[in-house]
Amino acid sequence: MYGLSGARGRLLMAAVFVLGSAWILATRPAEGGVTSGAIPSPREGFAAPEVDLERLNGDRVRLSDLRGQVVVLNVWASWCPPCRAEMPALQALHEHRAGQGVVVLGVNSTVQDSEQAARDFASEYGLTFPIALDRDGEATRLYQVRALPSTFFIDQQGIIRRVVVGGPLNPSVLETTVLDLLGEGG
Amino acid sequence: MLPVLQIGPAAIQLPGLLLIAGVWLGSLLAERQARRLGLSGDGIERLILVALVAGVLGARLGYAVRFLEVYARDPLALLALTPVTLAPEVGVAIGLIAAWVYGQRRRMPFWLTVDAMAPGVAAFAVCLALAHLASGDAFGAPTGVPWAIVLWGMPRHPSQIYELLAALVVLVLVLRLHPGAPFPGFAFGALVAFSAAARLVLDAFRGDSVMWFGTLRAAQVISLAILLGSLAVLRRLTQPSADAGS
Repeated sequence: MYGLSGARGRLLMAAVFVLGSAWILATRPAEGGVTSGAIPSPREGFAAPEVDLERLNGDRVRLSDLRGQVVVLNVWASWCPPCRAEMPALQALHEHRAGQGVVVLGVNSTVQDSEQAARDFASEYGLTFPIALDRDGEATRLYQVRALPSTFFIDQQGIIRRVVVGGPLNPSVLETTVLDLLGEGG
Repeated sequence: MLPVLQIGPAAIQLPGLLLIAGVWLGSLLAERQARRLGLSGDGIERLILVALVAGVLGARLGYAVRFLEVYARDPLALLALTPVTLAPEVGVAIGLIAAWVYGQRRRMPFWLTVDAMAPGVAAFAVCLALAHLASGDAFGAPTGVPWAIVLWGMPRHPSQIYELLAALVVLVLVLRLHPGAPFPGFAFGALVAFSAAARLVLDAFRGDSVMWFGTLRAAQVISLAILLGSLAVLRRLTQPSADAGS
């Protein structure tokens, strides 16, 4: 029935096996044909786009300088309620893991906020991790931030390994993702 | 690509919404098909519910087991409303086992029950493809074809569109099958075979494939195995001695 029984069925299966195997071999990807991590793009499996921004304290921070460490890049604004709600968890992560090769990098989307509001916010929450100011919106654009907060977990090789859009982040998400990446780093 | 739908202050994750729509539509079609096959529509609904609840719980527990120390410190994190801390493969396995146990306990005929699920699963696959389209996941390999779309930094095959078209074709094929004909298990077997064949072909255009031995796309190898396996099961079911209705 439907050509599946008897000799016809066996022939069909053999044909499927041969044609399927030939297709798999014929369509093997060329080098770089699948995600290699070399292309900067704000999604899992891709190289984290470079940001070079001024910090609240006047220093500069460049993402590529943090290579070799796990980076939790959190884009936020002072007027955003879920950003406020998740800040204590980010500060706690910074306090517990800063010495273990983990960097929490806050990026204030200053283009849709104000420098003074960011400063007051950091002071109100007692934030001690680096906070960069995205004055012209370049980082917000590069990371295609469509909702605040947005958090990017970047591994020691500079590859984005997890993206969480929206918040507030549950502390378990922060802790387990970072542990995962630290474990991989050896 | 539209991963987030901003409505006033609310940021709605469109892919998630599409997956929920897929579960709803899938359940609806499965229930309808169950009635056409002379099964209890309510029974199928409960079976799906059991599988979903067990699947979500299993996925969370499967994830928590990997990070016992974190969850021992903060057990309430087990209840966190986030899809991030889930182990999907564990969830799928637990969901399927729970559905099987439930079906056995309720003495639901196996092959007719999976036949009833076939249109629902096919409809869910359509919504999954739409979710991939919204999120930009399951993206294509770099290409120079005229219909390439620029995504994640370069022109790529619109693999989500290919996936959507294939899922629609499979849905139409499954819907056109007569319920229960030509033998119990045929509709589900055909769904699995069609879907595996589609993945075998279309994964060649994906840019995010997991590789085996550095050169073979894992999804293609697995799809070929599933395709051959489903054909073997269908062959077995066509034999007069097969206990098709049990």
